[in-house]
Amino acid sequence: MKYKTYCKPTWCPACPDFLIWKCFDDVLSQLENEGFSSKNFVVVAGIGCHGKIFDYLNLNSFYGLHGRAIATAQGIKLANPKLNVVCFVGDGDTYNEGIEHLIFAAKRNADIKVFVHDNRTFALTICQYTGTSPKGFKGSSTPEGSIDEPFNPLEIVLSAGATFIARAFTGHFDHMKKVMKEAILHKGFAFVEILQPCITFFDMTPIYKERTYMFESENVESKEKALEKIKEWDYKNGNKIPIGIFYKTKKSTFEEEFFKSSQF
Amino acid sequence: MLKLNDFTILIGGEAGQGTRLAGNLIANIFNKLGYFVYVYEDYQSLIRGGHNFSEIRVCNEKKISRKEKIDVLIGLDKNTISLHKSRLSNGDLIIFNGDRVKGEKGIQVLSDKIVKEEGGIPQMVNVTLISALVKVLGVPFDILEQVLKERIKRGIDLNLKIAKRVYDEVEKKIEVLRLRENNSILLTGNEATGFGLAIAGLEFYFAYPMTPLTSLLNFFSQRKNELKVNVFQPESEISVINMALGSAFAGKRSAVGSSGGGFALMVEAISLALQAEIPILIVEGQRAGPSTGMPTYNLQGDLFFVFGAGHGDIQKVILHPGDAEDCLYLANLGLNLAWKYQLPVILLTDKDIAENTFPVYKTMFNKLKKEEAKIFQANEEYLRYKITEDGISYLAFPGSEYIVKVNSYEHDEKGITTEDEIICSKMHEKRRKKFETLKKEMETLETVKIYGNLKSNVALIPLGICKGVALEIAEEFGFKVIFPYFLSPFPENKMKEALAGVEKIYTLELNSTGQLSTYLKMFDIKAQPILKYTGRPFIFEELREKFKNYEI
Repeated sequence: MKYKTYCKPTWCPACPDFLIWKCFDDVLSQLENEGFSSKNFVVVAGIGCHGKIFDYLNLNSFYGLHGRAIATAQGIKLANPKLNVVCFVGDGDTYNEGIEHLIFAAKRNADIKVFVHDNRTFALTICQYTGTSPKGFKGSSTPEGSIDEPFNPLEIVLSAGATFIARAFTGHFDHMKKVMKEAILHKGFAFVEILQPCITFFDMTPIYKERTYMFESENVESKEKALEKIKEWDYKNGNKIPIGIFYKTKKSTFEEEFFKSSQF
Repeated sequence: MLKLNDFTILIGGEAGQGTRLAGNLIANIFNKLGYFVYVYEDYQSLIRGGHNFSEIRVCNEKKISRKEKIDVLIGLDKNTISLHKSRLSNGDLIIFNGDRVKGEKGIQVLSDKIVKEEGGIPQMVNVTLISALVKVLGVPFDILEQVLKERIKRGIDLNLKIAKRVYDEVEKKIEVLRLRENNSILLTGNEATGFGLAIAGLEFYFAYPMTPLTSLLNFFSQRKNELKVNVFQPESEISVINMALGSAFAGKRSAVGSSGGGFALMVEAISLALQAEIPILIVEGQRAGPSTGMPTYNLQGDLFFVFGAGHGDIQKVILHPGDAEDCLYLANLGLNLAWKYQLPVILLTDKDIAENTFPVYKTMFNKLKKEEAKIFQANEEYLRYKITEDGISYLAFPGSEYIVKVNSYEHDEKGITTEDEIICSKMHEKRRKKFETLKKEMETLETVKIYGNLKSNVALIPLGICKGVALEIAEEFGFKVIFPYFLSPFPENKMKEALAGVEKIYTLELNSTGQLSTYLKMFDIKAQPILKYTGRPFIFEELREKFKNYEI
């Protein structure tokens, strides 16, 4: 690992979070070889298992508040648009507590990249249900099962205005790497939902292995096609789970629009 | 007849009739004539209808308080006259639109008719009444002309034509003298805060609209290019402060503003700013609570809330202005302190400070500056939280050659999360050390203002907007006024020095629980609170009556 601190990882042994960390390290090395400078990268993390990535990356970084990383990231990007701002957030973190920031960052097309470590549970607080947990989820606060249905976060960010929407699965490492790199290279708001099973509390690994399939969109700029594909798996049905880039389009960014009226 | 050196003009009407702008024009006219002007704004939380008014106190000295007695009453509607007529010291100085107000004695201007005949639009009615006022008080027309030209951009020729017609038709009653230029300008507390921040190098202002801080958001939105301050309105106050902390981390001086409810949403991030040592200035303009309360009225009920805001054994800086001049000075100082000490600084104002208009000496601007923060330049590994003698680590920003890590968890010098007992306690001590260093600097700063009769054994300690009326009461009764600019860290020694020889202390507060007097007890200062909690600030006469009844 190229961008490693002295901090000893405290994720559970074999947690797929290690793969996301490794994936980002690989992608950043590649990007440095292609002319990017890691000094211009800033990582922003929320609070939860995912956030521990902050401690392991020897990069500029901000370990913010639970749910608020995306707000902080937009402030960083506005203050210095030459920075590449990458958020690692969790599902509880960003689909529960901080969903307003996700929706508005997508709406503005802020030029930040959001990677959601979606394990579909609050793991660090020992297993409670989140926005993407299936109905009937038996966590410590819902011993009889959760009573509401999950939402589809991809559908939410599509309607909010995200210009890059993808899903990856930690079990398909090379594919995740390709998606992550493309997200970072995208100009505008890039959203990548990463299926990252919590192997301790909610191990979806076998199910994801069986049901995920990679796809390439034939018309990646079509919102209608994207929606159709996104709806194939709605986090509750037993359908196949598409992974890949659902939507990608060009649009002026938040920062470009913001500074248009500044004359200083 | 009105006292030529100290009189109050009240102009009122329905919301949407433009009474506030009219009041502002009148204030500028008298400022140009060399008077000190204070404008109290009273408006309701509605868009059209209701009753709004401005009280314009015109004085040959700086007086910042409301008087029960008014001297001139200008009514854009009948309601204004009915509500305020009894406050007139002289029954006949009522100026009104005769086309709207029937059956009143006074100076009637057929405003609607005049405006229509001259081909104007309904909003020009206000100019007719202002012009009548100017003539009645014997103010030369050229002063009115100057002010209108400065303030009104569209349809200025027609406005002037209408004004001149009224000016020629109305009869002069008195002659207000032109005084020597007094070198004061007129600013609201929010405007003064804006200038103070901009001069301290503010680069980003984030806010969500909320009375009484919306006008600071508007101020920066309108003047961003002139002041070189970027301004943005995010989706919530939570986003406001987290964005601002992001931009400060990236090296840009940032500030946010709200009232109690919005401030409440920022509280978690105040604790983050302390832990991660990120500079931020927060303006908290108190308004009447609890909860939504009375949004456009004043209660100073957030003192303890602001003191306690932030979880986890924290200290922060709370600055306390009493008028626009103080806002200018303290906003400027506050942003500089935030960057020198890398911590949150709160400027605690209130609705009346924020939105009323005050005279501000131009020389006050000479005191303002941008102070440099400690910036890392050494050729060694950068440690964001390096433990230093004064508790202050060097700042560096992302995008430079250094790696900068800031952390909401407890952390080591590099910024990496730790749960180590020794490092944890060292970091607590480091953060506390910064406050000790700050307290040393405070010895060199003006942290407590003393006014009035310095030898008096009675002292008033007013809260926020109560300062102006306290000064006038002190003048009347020969008291001393002590006004702390810092509420936290509390300038204990300087307050004790100021209180030497004082036997009786009163706080003046706009709340029902006497929060300031309770707070002072922590420092063994025993004060009797004098409270008002109607949503409106103290009026000079009511306070004078109160003190007459006290055995002093």
